[in-house]
Amino acid sequence: MALPEDDPATASAEAVAEAPLVEAPADTVAGEVVLRLTDVVKTFPGVRALDGVQLEVRAGEVHCLLGQNGAGKSTLIKVLSGVHQPDSGQVEWRGEPATFTNPQAAMKAGIATIYQELDLVEDLSVAENAFLGHEHRSFGFVRRGTMARHTRQILSRLGHGEIPPGRMVRSLPAAGKQIVSMARALSHEARLIIMDEPSAVLAHDEVGNLFRIIRELTAQGIAVIYISHRLEEIREIGDRVTVLKDGRTTAANLPARDTPTRDLVSRMTGRTIEYVFPDRPADDPAGADLLQVEGLTRAGEFADVSLSVRAGEIVGIAGLVGSGRSELLETIYGARLAEAGSVRMDGRVLRPGVGAAVRAGMGMAPEERKSQALLLGEPIYRNVTLATFGRYARLGFTDAAKERAEADRIAESLELRPRDVDRPVRTLSGGNQQKVVVGRWLLGGTKLLLLDEPTRGVDVGARAELYQVIRALAAQGVGVLLVSSEVPEVLGLADRVLVMREGRVVREAAAGELDENTVLDLVMAGSLMEGAPA
Amino acid sequence: MSDATPTPTATPERPQLPAQSPPVDPAETAVASGKAGSTGRLSWWRGDGGDGAKRNLGLIGVLAALIVVGAVTKPELYGDPNWVWNNVLAILQLASVVGVVTVGMTFVIIGGGIDLSVGAIVALAGVWCTTVATQEFGAGGMIFTALVVGICVGLVNGVLISYGKLVPFIATLAMLVAARGLAASISNKQTQVSSSTFINDIAARKVLGIPILVYILGAVVVAGWILLNRTTFGRRTIAVGGNPEAARLAGINVRRHTMFLYALSGLCCGIAAIMLTSQATSAQAAMANLYELDAIAAAIIGGTLLSGGRGTIVGSLLGVIIFATITNLFAINGLSIEAQNMVKGGIIVAAVLVQQFQYKSFTRLLARNRVTTAT
Ligand SMILES: Nc1ncnc2c1ncn2[C@@H]1O[C@H](COP(=O)(O)OP(=O)(O)OP(=O)(O)O)[C@@H](O)[C@H]1O
Ligand SMILES: [Mg+2]
Repeated sequence: MALPEDDPATASAEAVAEAPLVEAPADTVAGEVVLRLTDVVKTFPGVRALDGVQLEVRAGEVHCLLGQNGAGKSTLIKVLSGVHQPDSGQVEWRGEPATFTNPQAAMKAGIATIYQELDLVEDLSVAENAFLGHEHRSFGFVRRGTMARHTRQILSRLGHGEIPPGRMVRSLPAAGKQIVSMARALSHEARLIIMDEPSAVLAHDEVGNLFRIIRELTAQGIAVIYISHRLEEIREIGDRVTVLKDGRTTAANLPARDTPTRDLVSRMTGRTIEYVFPDRPADDPAGADLLQVEGLTRAGEFADVSLSVRAGEIVGIAGLVGSGRSELLETIYGARLAEAGSVRMDGRVLRPGVGAAVRAGMGMAPEERKSQALLLGEPIYRNVTLATFGRYARLGFTDAAKERAEADRIAESLELRPRDVDRPVRTLSGGNQQKVVVGRWLLGGTKLLLLDEPTRGVDVGARAELYQVIRALAAQGVGVLLVSSEVPEVLGLADRVLVMREGRVVREAAAGELDENTVLDLVMAGSLMEGAPA
Repeated sequence: MSDATPTPTATPERPQLPAQSPPVDPAETAVASGKAGSTGRLSWWRGDGGDGAKRNLGLIGVLAALIVVGAVTKPELYGDPNWVWNNVLAILQLASVVGVVTVGMTFVIIGGGIDLSVGAIVALAGVWCTTVATQEFGAGGMIFTALVVGICVGLVNGVLISYGKLVPFIATLAMLVAARGLAASISNKQTQVSSSTFINDIAARKVLGIPILVYILGAVVVAGWILLNRTTFGRRTIAVGGNPEAARLAGINVRRHTMFLYALSGLCCGIAAIMLTSQATSAQAAMANLYELDAIAAAIIGGTLLSGGRGTIVGSLLGVIIFATITNLFAINGLSIEAQNMVKGGIIVAAVLVQQFQYKSFTRLLARNRVTTAT
């Protein structure tokens, strides 16, 4: 850990095996207000992302930020961590006005941040990433041994001692990367740790692990700002809640445990939302087999998977991150080469390659939106129509008006904010970017939808809309294969559920026959690293 | 579907704010939530090329500055409108050959690659189309040969890169050496004179007072612009360069498209070979020396991102014209080529720096204005 050398207390703490995960600075007073924001305003071209935010965070509390996609949560924490400078308003850090002109300044002051979009350097090792920017050095040389040891320490505290510090970050699965960025935040001496949707890529048991760490941190008087769209999590871990709407604080310091959900949601959205899944059709609508997968195998990822999806049916796959779900989906889609087994669409064996799958009517919304799905600098409409622009084109000439209209239709049905489809995707909030990724395949003309974590980072209201849209497509005869870490989502939306563990299907049943606990029990035996490519 | 615009009546109760903070005024919330409305005003400058348009305004500024420098150093020449018109044509003619090569290069770079072999391909195509055997087929045969040689060499590049998985830098560097070698061996290191009057006339003639070479440049630029901005080919190019994995998962055949991009660059080199041969009325293995550098520099100055996914044809054209204008300025002031090269190097660096800076401060300025107009 990058600790000042003149601090004997922490220096000796390193030697003790059962030292706390992160050493809180000696002068930490529990309950004291460490951070106070008053009327903070931040604008981007055409958008007032923050429009007068009030926030008050105390030492030792978990302060939750709630708000719809695009409400300004990530912008707010970027102001705190020195990525953005506010246009106006005061930031008071430990009783004194502060301006953080860059991320280093904020880190020095004791603010560590886990960003919503992972910001790791893919081609550096786990240890190098954890200590990026504050490497252990002597005489200008990086002390690899010490760094690796410290990284291993932090990782095993995080419950992931199995991640080797020397491993390239590129080769880790998404959840592994999340652990590494957490390790990075914990490698600093921090008074405030900000976590922007850390649970979005984590499986159920991982979230429990995360909460254990957060409790450990707050017990030491470290303050935590926690952002999530899952109200259950906020109930469980949060102390106080501040709600943002359109860049403004609409409610501050509500008690996290006993504010009624209805209140929270109406302050977030300005309306009441019934958070329910759309009804399954009364009579079994499913038609002929659309997709048939037999004996599909890829060594180290999944083995001997057989499944089928009928037209009009939603099939859900439950399983831990690393159980081979995403790899399975990508293989069905032709993005990975199967080692054994076959994939048939409409009874015909698919040739390898994504092109053949798309021509046969498949569409896949991949797991990682930034690296696998989006052209960040391109306008929204071009991202929405990335897979279909050829269909609207005439003699090779694109039809921009038609594309804009189609994208706008999707933007409306998924509550994209802002609704301007000419805006570059880069400027959208995380949840809104996710809507673009999923929206791409909702345009029509797709017979089979493969959805990998479609609601990652999407807010409560938009989620309900998305479920409606997916159900409506199924009613029109589209088959859907859905992968999600959220068991209630799989059980609520799907007609039939497959449970995967360690690359194998361990249970198949109608959604009505399973409940959350059964599925969790089936799923739990896996571990994070087993599904990772070597 | 519920309504997308949030209503200010959102908060049924008074929000529980800390004592020192002012209460939320519902009327102001309404202004803040009018985000979609305020963006409408933004779109006037935002064409299909994204924010490339305002970057090009900066380039036009540079061009204007260069003309002012010319006018200050040689007021007697710039006072004569006739001379100015002829000088403009001279600059455009100077820019024409590299300009055609740059259009192809722009596609390759936007598609995430680089083509170091363009100069060599021009030389090879030029030499091949002026061999005694080819010249027997007349001007048509010569043009056909130059274009086919260009496309084929480009295809070889493309196949090596997309199917052989070679790094573009290495593959085209190897092609640079090999193509010049082949050109030297075909021509026996001799200068091959073109005896086709049709070919030689291309550079010598004017139509409606404008050199034919300038028309060719114009045609290639217009075709390139349409191809990039209005066709599926252009959209695939941007996708493949911007995020190859996303393009692949969207069903785009990334490898095949990459191959086509190099073939397109080769085709542009073939066209340039005819133009250059016509200018010199001959071809030799050493022709089009260092064109790759000029073309890459022009594309970069024009705002094409070296890592791919972004760039404009108009920007590249402006880049080429700026370079030609500098050469022209030095020539009319009687300065040396050496000094000229040093200045060009400086301009490349300055252009990139200025663009980064200007882009940031410009967006910041825009943000400020928007705030003051919005409230
Ligand atoms: N760099 C940027 N340029 C322009 N607009 C931006 C930029 N970053 C964010 N915005 C806009 O600011 C607003 C707030 O975005 P922010 O990312 O803070 O939302 P969020 O609350 O984190 O949402 P989510 O839950 O989806 O992550 C959005 O309207 C977004 O489009
Ligand atoms: Mg966010």
